[in-house]
Amino acid sequence: MDLSQAYASMTGDLANTMSLLIVALAGLALVVFDAFKNRHAATPWIAGLALTAGFVFEVSRIGSAEGMAYYNMLRTGGSAAFVNALVLGSGVLSVILTAPYLKRIGHNIGEAYSMILFATVGMLVLGSANNLVTVFVGLETMSICLYILTGFIRSGPGSTESAFKYFLLGAFSTGFFLYGIALLYGATGTMDISAMRDTVADGGSIVFWAGVAMLLVGFLFKVSAAPFHMWTPDVYQGAPTTITGFMSTASKTAAFASLILILNVALPGERWSEVLAVFAVITMVLGNVIALSQSNIKRMLAYSSIAHAGYILVGLAAGSADGYSGALFYLMVYTIMNIGAFGVIALLEWDKKEGSEQTLDSLAGIGYKKPLLGWTMAVFMFSLAGFPPLGGFLGKWAVFAPAVEAGYVWLAIVGVLTSAVSAYYYLRVLVVFFMKPEDAQSGAAATNFVIPKSSAAVLIFCVVLLFLLGVTTYAIELTGSFF
Amino acid sequence: MLMTAPIMFFVFAIVALAAALGMLLSKNPVSSALWLILNLFCVAGLYLTLNAEFIAVIQVLVYAGAIMVLFVFVIMLLNLAELPDLKKVEWRRIIAFTMGMGLLSMLTFISANALDMLPNPPSLAAAAENGSVTNLGKALFTVYAMPLEIIGILLLAATIGAVVIAKRKPV
Repeated sequence: MDLSQAYASMTGDLANTMSLLIVALAGLALVVFDAFKNRHAATPWIAGLALTAGFVFEVSRIGSAEGMAYYNMLRTGGSAAFVNALVLGSGVLSVILTAPYLKRIGHNIGEAYSMILFATVGMLVLGSANNLVTVFVGLETMSICLYILTGFIRSGPGSTESAFKYFLLGAFSTGFFLYGIALLYGATGTMDISAMRDTVADGGSIVFWAGVAMLLVGFLFKVSAAPFHMWTPDVYQGAPTTITGFMSTASKTAAFASLILILNVALPGERWSEVLAVFAVITMVLGNVIALSQSNIKRMLAYSSIAHAGYILVGLAAGSADGYSGALFYLMVYTIMNIGAFGVIALLEWDKKEGSEQTLDSLAGIGYKKPLLGWTMAVFMFSLAGFPPLGGFLGKWAVFAPAVEAGYVWLAIVGVLTSAVSAYYYLRVLVVFFMKPEDAQSGAAATNFVIPKSSAAVLIFCVVLLFLLGVTTYAIELTGSFF
Repeated sequence: MLMTAPIMFFVFAIVALAAALGMLLSKNPVSSALWLILNLFCVAGLYLTLNAEFIAVIQVLVYAGAIMVLFVFVIMLLNLAELPDLKKVEWRRIIAFTMGMGLLSMLTFISANALDMLPNPPSLAAAAENGSVTNLGKALFTVYAMPLEIIGILLLAATIGAVVIAKRKPV
């Protein structure tokens, strides 16, 4: 290779991946800043502003044509910009919710924000990767930061336990993932996802499909699809609540986006679509049924997020352009409602253990006491259950309709039935919030706090977005234009 | 010279397998670690017989060097008094092991030779062209420059996280 021309395209590439650059540099700057000014009030501001700047940049790039950067390592523009905007938006909302939350529980650690920024860097790389090397590097950067974020509160055993579980199981799944990449490289001779397509035109060898299977195991673990979901409830329960919101949405978005790219570009559809359909059924049934019996609300939301991964897998199993764009739209709706739901729960915990031991019943009657939290939670729950006219309904339609078109009528039927089951546990939250008489202890705790204005703004913003996504078709047409 | 590389391949392969078994089966973690070192060196030898010198060197440096030090540190933190005693190494066992391994590898080599299943490594020239340090460095700093930078961030995040989590006094 002629080295004099090696960096000729670097300036253009840097300009095209400005969001990645901003977030990474802000993360590095925060590390240094926090070392000199520990727990400074500006730390969350820097993180939030960097993420917002990246978000604005990516939104402005959604309409532009798809391109490549850094020797075809990353994709830019188009669907990659949409996914990046989703990840960054989720990061912005999470930082706004996290700042007062960490202060309230007395663990205002500056490193948390640089970790969020570094995790976002990993997600940006993963969500827009076009090469298995970048997929892996992005996945690992994201995962390592999330392990740390899960466990950085060490006041009780809960958080440490969940971080350790997450780390061990995550490292194990990384092994599968890496082995899969090695086998794929051995079978095709390339790491480039778009170049891989040409080498599997004749159906692919047994080594190739073994590699695909291992890669799928790694991805399904990261998106917490059954039967690789075991870590999810424990981790979501033990992690700081707003961080749970962040990792349940942004990391899933990035992992699903990467999976969609690999499925769409590199793999001939007829061979794996039924496999994904089976995983979707198991995930939906298992997530929804086990969620019914949960008394801890964070654990319940964890099983609900498993179920939602199942719904998204329905869209992927369809294997059509509509299915993929539906999955992207669903990810957007899911991000908004889940961040909102965890945001409300973050304000409603007073067990001093990050809500990991608090039962749903301790929140009885809170809906009238704190009407803002009660009513926004009502919107999030109705949307998660998929009631019209909220975004959740349109999202479910966007993933189930392509499955029916692709001939998976039974899959869509299972999806609709399990969503009906899910209405029970979502609406039970509202029953407890509004219709149960409060007990004295929680009533006293509930009056003892004020809702920070920034958190209230985020919750109201999420509610407005959910209504907008439910009644307008702009976003669904936008995702439809990507494939 | 022509036949030594394939013969050595089978010697290393058999000893690597035996060492892996030894690591799994030995009750004392210290001998487990020693077996693991033997295994890692044998895998490095395998790479050498396949003309992949750079990977062989890296294998010794990274695994046999850095990762083993980590293992030994962990073993040091264990309560050694509780562990079963190390057996005294007998000369007879060493000789038996060496001879058994030698015989077994010769047998596998001869059967593989008869079945025409000998490894077929790339020629030294071809291996040097693809796997040399120069080419690796060029690729790392041009085509793979972006992932390399991200790995830098990954390692920084891991370091900071380790400090945050391992600090004596929780914040």
